[in-house]
Amino acid sequence: MKINPDKCVACGNCTYVCPMGAIYVDPVIKRATINRDECVECYACYNGLSVEHMNPSLVRFARKIFHLGRVRFDPEPDVCPTAAFEPDELQWPRVVRRAFSDPRATHESTGVQGRGTEEVKTNDVTYRVKPGEVGFTIEFGRPGVGVWLRDIQKMTCALAEAGVAFEKKNPFTLLMTDVTAGTLREDVLNEKVMSAIVEIKVGAERTEEIIQLVHRVEKEVDTVVTLGVGTRCDEHGDENVIAPILKRLGYKIERAKTNMGLGKITNPVEAKGTE
Amino acid sequence: MTNTLHRYGSAESFNDDYIVFATPSNGKNDINSIPKLKKFLEMALPFKPVNIGDPVHGGALRPSRELSTLANWKRDFSPDFRAVIDGIDEPASVVAIFDNQLAAEQFLKVVAEADLGLSVNMSASIEGAVECCKFAGITRHSVGYSLGFEGTTEKLPNTQILTLSSMCGHGMISSSLAKKMIDWVKEGRRTPDEAVTYMARFCSCGIFNPVRAKRVLEEARKKME
Repeated sequence: MKINPDKCVACGNCTYVCPMGAIYVDPVIKRATINRDECVECYACYNGLSVEHMNPSLVRFARKIFHLGRVRFDPEPDVCPTAAFEPDELQWPRVVRRAFSDPRATHESTGVQGRGTEEVKTNDVTYRVKPGEVGFTIEFGRPGVGVWLRDIQKMTCALAEAGVAFEKKNPFTLLMTDVTAGTLREDVLNEKVMSAIVEIKVGAERTEEIIQLVHRVEKEVDTVVTLGVGTRCDEHGDENVIAPILKRLGYKIERAKTNMGLGKITNPVEAKGTE
Repeated sequence: MTNTLHRYGSAESFNDDYIVFATPSNGKNDINSIPKLKKFLEMALPFKPVNIGDPVHGGALRPSRELSTLANWKRDFSPDFRAVIDGIDEPASVVAIFDNQLAAEQFLKVVAEADLGLSVNMSASIEGAVECCKFAGITRHSVGYSLGFEGTTEKLPNTQILTLSSMCGHGMISSSLAKKMIDWVKEGRRTPDEAVTYMARFCSCGIFNPVRAKRVLEEARKKME
């Protein structure tokens, strides 16, 4: 993303809307400026701000007059008055930032908008997580902190060493050069993203072991981590295997995503899967 | 869309937050799913959702690429549900948010009876979702638990800001904007209703809950935590 200095009037609205806090008004050039190291190309500024198309010179003049009179200019806070944001033509590896940060950028690998896959949301038709299995989503950087991919590699290497299998359709897995070692492509390690989700699946008996592993390694990772644990319910719709383990580990589980089991395989050419 | 899962708050704080979404699965039931997605949202309207949306175009409150300067004095703050439904043109998750359990469970029952064939999920408090399933006669298939935030949590903002910003799980509502809106409400520069719409426009898939956000702003107006 870039800000056109000919259009920017340094109103400052955009400095608040950047989730990474990477936009500031440069006191020397008196224009909003993007810290490119910290920008994750999430496009929140470009997609989220409404846009007026005012004359920049006119706006700057008006702001100077207001400033002289100590009059507080009180514009709408979600507006760029001069349409100053302009998307860059992103090249590899910087384009990885956008793929993991802008939810409207579709990962070509998965066909899914956002950073993850369908995980348990479509488990009723994909049968990805079977009875007796647990699917983990380990997300880094959210909310509002961001993460360097080199930090996530610490976790993927530890998980690989523990012998877990990474979800093949997850976009993060596709950045790995060796899924058995959990190593990422060298050229993406110094890229920062809004968040990334590592997905694995293990037998239910390994639930505690994986959580303890994540706890241990997250201390070496300079960001926030959110863990999601997905599993199957029994024939009565109850789940009495994983929840007790989580409670025993001290988790007060407040919130969950529940798959209602209403999905059906309806595509004509898809071979119907079975459990 | 794990973005619905990791909202910040206690189970009680989700009493006005029920997210129901339909997801076509790539290669399984995505073909000809667009009319079903539209129908899903159409069926939600009688139960008065507080927001609806899709990840491609956004929610019922959207930014404008051609905003009139007059908007600084007179602006339309009303959600446009019809634009969301008419705009669906890709097989992607669609979402309806409700601020009470009664509406959510009644909607869920109607969805189950409609037999759309799409995967349907609810993100809510565990107890709330279980009760909705019972009402709708649904046997839960799978469940994904949120274990909350861990790691370098000292980088997170205070609880009210976090509650607001984590209502867009994609992270498009910045902590700075949430803090600014709390400050503006405290100063009386904007009403909670107005502040909520500013934030909602940044949510790229419509899962932002304006009723819950307004409640948080009202609480923060009297006491910032």
